[in-house]
Amino acid sequence: MAGKTLYDKLFDAHVVRTENDGTALLYIDRHLVHEVTSPQAFEGLRLADRKPWRVDAALAVPDHNVPTDAVERARGITDPVARIQVETLDNNCTEFGITEFKMDDIRQGIVHVISPEQGATLPGMTLVCGDSHTATHGAFGAMAFGIGTSEVEHVLATQCLIQKRMKNMRINVEGTLGAGVTAKDIVLAVIGEMGTAGGTGYAMEFAGSAIRDCSIEGRMTICNMAIEAGARVGLVAVDDVTIDYVKGRPYAPSGDLWEQAVNAWSDLHSDSDAVFDKEVHLDAASIKPQVTWGTSPEMVAAVDANVPDPARETDTVKASSMEKALKYMGLEANTPLSSVAIDKVFIGSCTNSRLEDIRAAAAVIKGRKVAANVKLAMVVPGSGLIKQQAEREGLDKVFIDAGFEWREPGCSMCLAMNADRLEPGERCASTSNRNFEGRQGQGGRTHLVSPAMASAAAIAGHFVDVRDF
Amino acid sequence: MEKFEKLKGIVAPLDRSNVDTDAIIPKQYLKSIKRSGFGPNAFDDWRYLDPGEPGMDNTVRRKNDDFVLNQSPYDTATILLARENFGCGSSREHAVWALTDFGFRAVIAPSFADIFFNNSFKNGLLPIALDAAVVDDLFKKVHAKSGYKLEIDLTSQRITTEEGDEIAFDVDEFRKYCLLNGLDDIGLTLKHADDIRAYEQQRKQSAPWLF
Repeated sequence: MAGKTLYDKLFDAHVVRTENDGTALLYIDRHLVHEVTSPQAFEGLRLADRKPWRVDAALAVPDHNVPTDAVERARGITDPVARIQVETLDNNCTEFGITEFKMDDIRQGIVHVISPEQGATLPGMTLVCGDSHTATHGAFGAMAFGIGTSEVEHVLATQCLIQKRMKNMRINVEGTLGAGVTAKDIVLAVIGEMGTAGGTGYAMEFAGSAIRDCSIEGRMTICNMAIEAGARVGLVAVDDVTIDYVKGRPYAPSGDLWEQAVNAWSDLHSDSDAVFDKEVHLDAASIKPQVTWGTSPEMVAAVDANVPDPARETDTVKASSMEKALKYMGLEANTPLSSVAIDKVFIGSCTNSRLEDIRAAAAVIKGRKVAANVKLAMVVPGSGLIKQQAEREGLDKVFIDAGFEWREPGCSMCLAMNADRLEPGERCASTSNRNFEGRQGQGGRTHLVSPAMASAAAIAGHFVDVRDF
Repeated sequence: MEKFEKLKGIVAPLDRSNVDTDAIIPKQYLKSIKRSGFGPNAFDDWRYLDPGEPGMDNTVRRKNDDFVLNQSPYDTATILLARENFGCGSSREHAVWALTDFGFRAVIAPSFADIFFNNSFKNGLLPIALDAAVVDDLFKKVHAKSGYKLEIDLTSQRITTEEGDEIAFDVDEFRKYCLLNGLDDIGLTLKHADDIRAYEQQRKQSAPWLF
């Protein structure tokens, strides 16, 4: 019998029961909750007079709506609709007995940043959250995926989800990344190669020496964007990098339990004879810094390339999408990407707001100034603890001296639910994950890049190859 | 959940691929703590010429007459026809709530993003994936005749065109059962409460650090 993939091992370990058509009832070990996708789920529990099955498996934090301006935060959220939503989370957590890191807690931050930081994300877990970027936690060899609000209610009420087994895909990235090329560039290159629906129906395991060489933070960046290639689940096998990161964190096991857990986690990799439904190979050395040019993450190119020409696309549906995208983005075909000037810079989001990202951005910024044509450049750390550590390292000063704003943690301009947004027609170099129409504000134009590339663009005032910077 | 058995209705052609959930319902409307009322803001950025915010009177906003759902008879459509990878992006179930609140009961496309697909079944919205060539043919029919109707029968898993042609579609047995009966799957899962407890007991032995 062939060996098992990591995904199949995780799936099999969580099956409560299986129906005749293969639908399984899966047990969920960790449920992360935030303010936007949970109020209707809690309301559903109340209407049906149901109680949460296991409150200690849940951990809640407000992140999407919270202001990143220190003054507004201290005073309370100005937007009354957003304020009600955050208060509703507070009230629901109190009523049902769920642990919540509230807005004034130093541990507050983006849900996908704080859970790993606290050790609440552990290898071998099933972990869900009403947010598509839950794939992030797959970096720990955990089966993590985003769910809708009905499923949030289902997990609260039963600690389980009804699931069909996904197919297995492995993305092998072998070799060594060039200087200035990061995990973000790997995943953008993968999405460019696969397309935004290439991973639909698959669990996507990232493997190969370039992935093993990534820190856990880089692996989180990669798994985070598996969903942009259509895969609900991103995965990386457990190794010493994973174990070293988890050790000693508040929610991680300790003492004898730690030894027992580490022993069990050593099996969290695909067996050498495991068979994948699909395998993709990428050469790390050939990946260049990436910039998206369109309104879907698959519309991506190397920074030294030109904006592609729809006239050269033979697929008519694709050519029409490209034309729509270029019109929305205000770009001409065949223009060098490095000549495209920007209005704003956003360094943050569950993709790129961890310490490694902030350090990488600061290294490019240090001693330089934001270009005069850039109206706003902002750094939004992923959590209060990351912000605190960055300040201890003096990184806040590096950014502020260069002309950046240094903000409080939250999702911020990744999706612009709070006051941080683009105005119509504004162009942004952003370290976030989606360049959809209107994502960062109605009419706003988003270009996805790595933190180092965003920083270089902030200084130059246009996209620039960070390798020459 | 509302039952889904049969549906005959007007098909609205949304000739785009990768229609994402941010486009279906923009972020500012996600601040609502309710499940209803999203219909007037479905496809907000495409449907209106002025920027929208929660609480606005949408009837006085400037409509984009070029957008298909603003045109008669598509404003009364119950079936949405789109291209590849419909519903990609964010997990927001608000996207499904916006479509059902608008009046849609089914979406036909060559492929769907997984989370949107899943969310649809929880709300009585039937997503039907058909071969890209079949979808292309439906686009041609719908473009050729305004108000073109399709009839969808979930029990027999068949779509009937105005010409009387039948198109078969796939749907998971369990999802079909829930949709046909309008069943709340939490209630179904709780019938297996003993199995869940048994799993937890066994798991407490094999992986005690998770409890």
